[in-house]
Amino acid sequence: MTQDKNSIQTPIAKVKGLGAAKNGTEHWLYQRISSIASFFLSLWFVWSMVHTAGAAYAEMYSWLAYPVNAVLMILFVITAFFHAALGAQVIVEDYIHCEAFKMIKLIGIKLFYSATVVVSIFAILEVAFG
Amino acid sequence: MTKTKIDRPLSPHLSIYRPQMTSVLSILHRATGLALILGLYGVVWFLVALAHSEAAYVFFVYVAFTPIGQLALLGFLFSLYYHLCNGIRHLIWDTGLLFDIKNATRAGLAVLLTSSLLTVGTWCYTMFLRSLAV
Repeated sequence: MTQDKNSIQTPIAKVKGLGAAKNGTEHWLYQRISSIASFFLSLWFVWSMVHTAGAAYAEMYSWLAYPVNAVLMILFVITAFFHAALGAQVIVEDYIHCEAFKMIKLIGIKLFYSATVVVSIFAILEVAFG
Repeated sequence: MTKTKIDRPLSPHLSIYRPQMTSVLSILHRATGLALILGLYGVVWFLVALAHSEAAYVFFVYVAFTPIGQLALLGFLFSLYYHLCNGIRHLIWDTGLLFDIKNATRAGLAVLLTSSLLTVGTWCYTMFLRSLAV
């Protein structure tokens, strides 16, 4: 390991390889990109729910089984939960100061939201191919 | 190793300031974001119920049309519109525009008005569509 005599980084910071912000700009960028996707998909979602609110089972089932609706619903669930995970991460980082609990929450969010997305996609595909 | 407690100065926080349009809307953006996560779990419930059985779907619709269910749906709808409109305000800020207090406040007021109107409009339109169907 080469030593930079002029560096003001502490040894622990060097070992961790992280700056004060812990990461670069990708969190910010992913949040913007997923917000743009969510913008269109959530408007489609609201519009769809307005037109199917309280529909009978068979009617709702065939609506979701329609390929365009199934694909858009899968995209909506993925982007919404991706955006939600990024937002929830920031909230946890801001308000939870116990390092151990914070890590559990941060990892938990990623695992739990990923699992929820898989469950949702499975349900949509079950209807689409059922 | 001795642990020395250093009294570092803290930046002034929420309790110091009078509530302002910018700060209140910022808090509301987070609050609606959290509400939307809860709402998303409602969407997941809807999807899983639909895939599971007719009985599960009928139960979901029953709950959705109880007063509490309707209140939750109204809250979900407002949260979505508010988060969406204020998200646009954030995206505009990202370009460097509307940063001065006057315009930030004006845009905030526009966000509140637009999201409220959209919520009421969508709710009434849905009721109107349902009244036609029955």
